[in-house]
Amino acid sequence: MTMSEGDLAVTEIRFVRETPIAPRPAPASMTGALGWLQQNLLSSWFNIILTIWIVLLFAWAIPELVKFLIVDAVWTGADRDACREVVQHREIGACWPFVWERWSYFVYGSYPIPERWRVDVFFTMLALGVGWMLWLEAPRRDLGSVYFFVILPISSFILLTGWNAIGLPPVDTALWGGMLVTIVVASVGIVCSLPLGILLALGRRSRMPAVRLFSVIFIEFVRGVPLVTVLFMASVMLPLFVPEEYSPDKLVRALVGIALFASAYMAEVVRAGLQAIPKGQFEGAMAVGLGYWQMMRLIILPQALKVTIPNIVNTYIGLFKDTTLVFIVGIFDFLRTVEVARIDPKWATPVTSTTGYAVAAIFYLIFCYGMSRYARAMEARLGKGDRR
Amino acid sequence: MPTDLPAAGSPPARVAFYNDPKVRSIAYQVALCAVVGFLVFAAARNAIVNLERAHIASGFGFWNRTAGFDISQTLIAFDSATSSYGRAFWVGLLNTLLVAGLGILFATVFGFIIGIARLSKNWLVAKAASGYVETIRNIPLLLQLLFWYNAVLKALPNIRDSFVVPGGIYLNNRGLFLPRPVVEPGFGWALIALIAGIIGAVAYYVWARRRQEQTGQQAPVFLVGVALVIGLPLIGLALAGFPLTFELPKAGRFNIEGGVEVLPELAALLFGLTIYTAAFIAEVVRAGIAAVSRGQTEAAYSLGMRPGPTLRLIVVPQAMRVIIPPLTSQYLNLTKNSSLAVAIGYPDLVQVFTGTVLNQTGQAVEVVAITMAVYLTISLATSLLMNIYNSRIALVER
Repeated sequence: MTMSEGDLAVTEIRFVRETPIAPRPAPASMTGALGWLQQNLLSSWFNIILTIWIVLLFAWAIPELVKFLIVDAVWTGADRDACREVVQHREIGACWPFVWERWSYFVYGSYPIPERWRVDVFFTMLALGVGWMLWLEAPRRDLGSVYFFVILPISSFILLTGWNAIGLPPVDTALWGGMLVTIVVASVGIVCSLPLGILLALGRRSRMPAVRLFSVIFIEFVRGVPLVTVLFMASVMLPLFVPEEYSPDKLVRALVGIALFASAYMAEVVRAGLQAIPKGQFEGAMAVGLGYWQMMRLIILPQALKVTIPNIVNTYIGLFKDTTLVFIVGIFDFLRTVEVARIDPKWATPVTSTTGYAVAAIFYLIFCYGMSRYARAMEARLGKGDRR
Repeated sequence: MPTDLPAAGSPPARVAFYNDPKVRSIAYQVALCAVVGFLVFAAARNAIVNLERAHIASGFGFWNRTAGFDISQTLIAFDSATSSYGRAFWVGLLNTLLVAGLGILFATVFGFIIGIARLSKNWLVAKAASGYVETIRNIPLLLQLLFWYNAVLKALPNIRDSFVVPGGIYLNNRGLFLPRPVVEPGFGWALIALIAGIIGAVAYYVWARRRQEQTGQQAPVFLVGVALVIGLPLIGLALAGFPLTFELPKAGRFNIEGGVEVLPELAALLFGLTIYTAAFIAEVVRAGIAAVSRGQTEAAYSLGMRPGPTLRLIVVPQAMRVIIPPLTSQYLNLTKNSSLAVAIGYPDLVQVFTGTVLNQTGQAVEVVAITMAVYLTISLATSLLMNIYNSRIALVER
């Protein structure tokens, strides 16, 4: 029998539910640890296989790593015999006594031992300056920037190279090495590349054809060639281009190469920031009667640099990693000191190389990862104003 | 009331000529040109003086002189007694292109896998992939290369204790030795079949596409294409009686003869470049896929498309537009980074030319200029192609 609406109206209504049924709890497979497991790790056959595969990978790699770095590692010893399987009759992991003994070489290179306190003072001053700049709520950040960009470079230069007049014997840069050189090269690159990069970026967007042309040629040329060739150019061609008596020393040549290279990349990063500024900002600045440099300094660059901070820090991370390339033109940066130390016959064992590289990897990882975390925190902080 | 204001209707007061923006702009540019010109002139003059004092010849006359050194890996014939510096340049350039090409291939495959893994719904896979990316990106490439070369490949056993994989593959601290395919007469038929297969596959694709546009019927393009490209050459091979044999490497006491040898330098460079660049490519891929809004996927699902075609027809084409430009710059980075070969002794352009040739001839200006010109040409050509591509695929709005 078919029912029409009319039939329904006359049919006696037997049951009407007046209160809603209480909601049932979610199925057990959707909540709690089990649910999480099922959704995130075991949702399909393919996922189960992937999960098992990754778990096996970790189950193999992590114990191996722990075994090498800690369990089987040698912690004390005087020379290579402590780290040799044939002598010790056991499996040997990392050879830490090699690192303990060579640590001061890794930090200072061949810097004369009685003068090494100067390097320590430099590190302390640099750490103070960096802390002052990076900590956004720090007191008197204006003083901090004067300290960081003016006082620090001049005083560290005097401190590290020496000045007989104030009783600091000169130290030849050929003796500098290790983390000292890595940090000096990175700091010079960081401090020089931003202003140069801003100038180049402004030049590339300039309305004067000659300025634009030179900027474009420089930027595209440097970005088109590998850093190795720029360093080669700086180290073999630069001495040819200046009168012999002014020929710069090796470290300065590499610094020039790194600074020019980094500034070309920085220019592109800054240009991207400038392009993100709406035209109205330029027009507004001109309408209130600001000149070009006032407009850039007060209106455009603060906004452009704000949006590019993450990219600027990324360029700095790249620069910090690229400092290792000065190795190739014969400068004793940190990686080069590791490389020299690991082939020293006194510590020649099958594990020495790996130990040395592990230390170097941890060093670079800490610095670069730290910078990238800072960039991310900064991005979140600066983005607050734009979020709704 | 001030009286020096110009009356309405009178022409505006002229500014002093030194405040005129046009005059200023010209003055600035002239000054800049003068400074740059002076620097170039001074540098050139100093260079001439310095070169004369050091008794270094100039000009490109060295190009045809006999090189007199050996190169460990040569893709074209090179003989230390007779070959010229120019020949050495080509050997180095080909080695650079070889490592760059292989590196790009491996890094792309590996990078796409890692990038997609970072977006996986499987928590463990996503975390493992992002851990990989964060670690590898933050360790200098040079350190990774040295690690692969000195700590891994150089620590392999020597020839007498090499690892042997059945089928004629040897791995030891002198490199990786693989069977070498030897072509016998009759192989040409397989090549002809391969070309015919490729042409056939393209033709089928064009036909299938046209038919789909007209009738809506889909054709199994992929399967037919694979069958044509792989099947036809196999049939050709079979008909010719498999005219292809493998020359197996033979292990002697002190060295291995025959077969294809992959130098440990090449292997270390490939490993390092692939692993390092893959981490960057993974980020590019992740960002590209994330840039396609979820609405696109949801709309595709609501039209009734399955996940596979959604990915293939909706997400990937849109993601590629975001992915391709940074991907190309990663390819360029890989090519430029291959110059780090100099640190581990792989005979690439920089090692052979800017290293050995520069040391032997002392002609720094010419040698460095040629090397830079090569890289510059590669970069500029790539970015030119990129700009053309970009203008073709850019979103057309209004």
